[in-house]
Amino acid sequence: MSTQTLTTILFLLVVAITVGITFWASRQTSGTADYYAGGRSFTGFQNGMAVSGDYMSAASFLGISGAIALNGYDGFLYSIGFLVAWLVALLLVAELLRNSGRYTMADQLAYRMRQRPVRTAAATSTVAVSIFYLLAQMVGAGSLVALLLGVDSTALKNLVIVGVGLLMIFYVTVGGMKGTTWVQIVKAVLLMAGTILITVLVLAKFGFNLSELLGAAAENTGKGDAFLQPGLKYGVSLTSKIDFISLGIALVLGTAGLPHILIRFYTVPTARDARKSVMWAIGLIGAFYLMTLVLGFGAAALLDTGADSKVAASGGNLASPLLAEAVGGGAGSTGGAVLLALISAVAFATILAVVAGLTLTSASSVAHDLYASVFKKGEASEKDEVRVARISAFVIGGVAIALAIPAQKLNIAFLVALAFAVAASANLPSLIYNLFWRGFNTRGATWSIYGGLVASIGLVIFSPVVSGSETALFTNHDWSWFPLSNPGIVSIPVGFLLGYLGSVTSTEPESAAAYDELEVRALTGAGAEGAVSN
Amino acid sequence: MSHDIEPATGSGGRSRQQAGHAVYQELHDSDDFKELRQKYRAFAVPYTLAFLAWYLLYVVMSNWATGFMNIKLVGHINVALVFGLLQFLTTFGIAYLYSRHARTHLDPLAGELEKRYREAVQR
Repeated sequence: MSTQTLTTILFLLVVAITVGITFWASRQTSGTADYYAGGRSFTGFQNGMAVSGDYMSAASFLGISGAIALNGYDGFLYSIGFLVAWLVALLLVAELLRNSGRYTMADQLAYRMRQRPVRTAAATSTVAVSIFYLLAQMVGAGSLVALLLGVDSTALKNLVIVGVGLLMIFYVTVGGMKGTTWVQIVKAVLLMAGTILITVLVLAKFGFNLSELLGAAAENTGKGDAFLQPGLKYGVSLTSKIDFISLGIALVLGTAGLPHILIRFYTVPTARDARKSVMWAIGLIGAFYLMTLVLGFGAAALLDTGADSKVAASGGNLASPLLAEAVGGGAGSTGGAVLLALISAVAFATILAVVAGLTLTSASSVAHDLYASVFKKGEASEKDEVRVARISAFVIGGVAIALAIPAQKLNIAFLVALAFAVAASANLPSLIYNLFWRGFNTRGATWSIYGGLVASIGLVIFSPVVSGSETALFTNHDWSWFPLSNPGIVSIPVGFLLGYLGSVTSTEPESAAAYDELEVRALTGAGAEGAVSN
Repeated sequence: MSHDIEPATGSGGRSRQQAGHAVYQELHDSDDFKELRQKYRAFAVPYTLAFLAWYLLYVVMSNWATGFMNIKLVGHINVALVFGLLQFLTTFGIAYLYSRHARTHLDPLAGELEKRYREAVQR
């Protein structure tokens, strides 16, 4: 059996399992708490798995190991930022948010502020962040499948994007949060199992000696010690160094502002379970990133990663799958074919779980924040709200498909980094201010959300990523004046500053008065939403 | 200007909400709550500043202290790799310390206050 056939069979198996889960979950879903928050009945461990499944996107699985395979040590810097970021979520956000919100990121702002402006603002940034992230995953899915099947055709890529889009719409409309969560749990198990297998096989080739593996990587790439040292990618100039700091800040502050991560904390019954979720997530994600280190250097040591290689042509994205093939016995061998197909299926499951989480998050925010609260002023019935959420999932899925097809020339890592920068600039300031500052109010919240959003996206539009450079989206024009490709170092302070300025230039005694209540509720869980008993 | 506070529980109703409101204020003014808040912040604030500074140090040194980062320690393992792995270790460590702190110092107080809230609202 050829790798293509085996890969196709495993892909279909992944689809069959996840579709089955979704149908099962749909029978357990009735009201809004079920649809948005899975009845808040997941355990800390289950949710920890789901959080990991939601977070470890194809960009981390394929992207980081690929970045290490091509750029050596500098690829490792990503994984450190992605992991350390979880401490922000653990120490400052997860439990307090669990206690003070219900279904969306906007809930905890609306707790003490004017509902309509803050919900509109938070829904806008939720959808913006999710769409950037969604595009990254869908574009990745298209090129990944095309590369794996060895067919570089635009038609096939478009077909894959439409297929992935339809699947995610199906998961979200039918399965709601319960279905999405179980898809993410299954994905996390598959991803961890696949990664452990390849890591052990790689390490076995080097007698479980890390130093030997690194030495082989340095030698095989022909870059020597520089491959093991920081600076190969980011150490070129002062601008690239500042760009790197900007990226680092966005990674570490962005995670706790990602709406699809935040709403996962509502799926457990108590704040203590939210904490346990993050603890498990830190353990799983940390272990995973340590293994990507082995995968990345393993690919550098065992594969051809030169300028004309298959790995380099894929921007590094094929490093892990091809490494699996190599440690399984090489191209043409049965072991190689099986492992390549297996890892490809894991990557496919990874993409499906992440896009489902993102679509659900956007749909929830549109239905709960915009439809039920802003449009219907809280008068919508639960049934109505869930119906609108399902319709929204359809629309958002459709928009994502429509945007992903022309977006295929965008760099995946860039889209992910942008999603983190927007999350850190537009979402994190208002979250932190709201939970820790009595004086924060509606104007502060809207200024910080819209300001952070405009600053982060605006700076990218005027950066070399979009125009003026050889790798830009528009190579023939140059309107760039902002030198960095990562806007975080400017846009995150802008978000915080505007939140402060907006708050001190307006008075809203109601917001300050309700802060006492929010504070008690956030820290003690008094009056927090409980689990739904079915 | 609408300030609809979400009902305390799914179907609390107006009177229940106001009862809850007064209880929140009462709990907020209690010594137990002040102690809970103080104990939470005493951990969260310094540790957040510490791990952010530690992470930034790592990022900055990767940029500008390459001479130090490139020193080989054992075989092909250099300071940069060990520094990176230390970031993993401190992340695991701080997460563990926080969960222990929360379990022993925060959960009992929070549980007690939450119980008081439930009893007061049910009356």
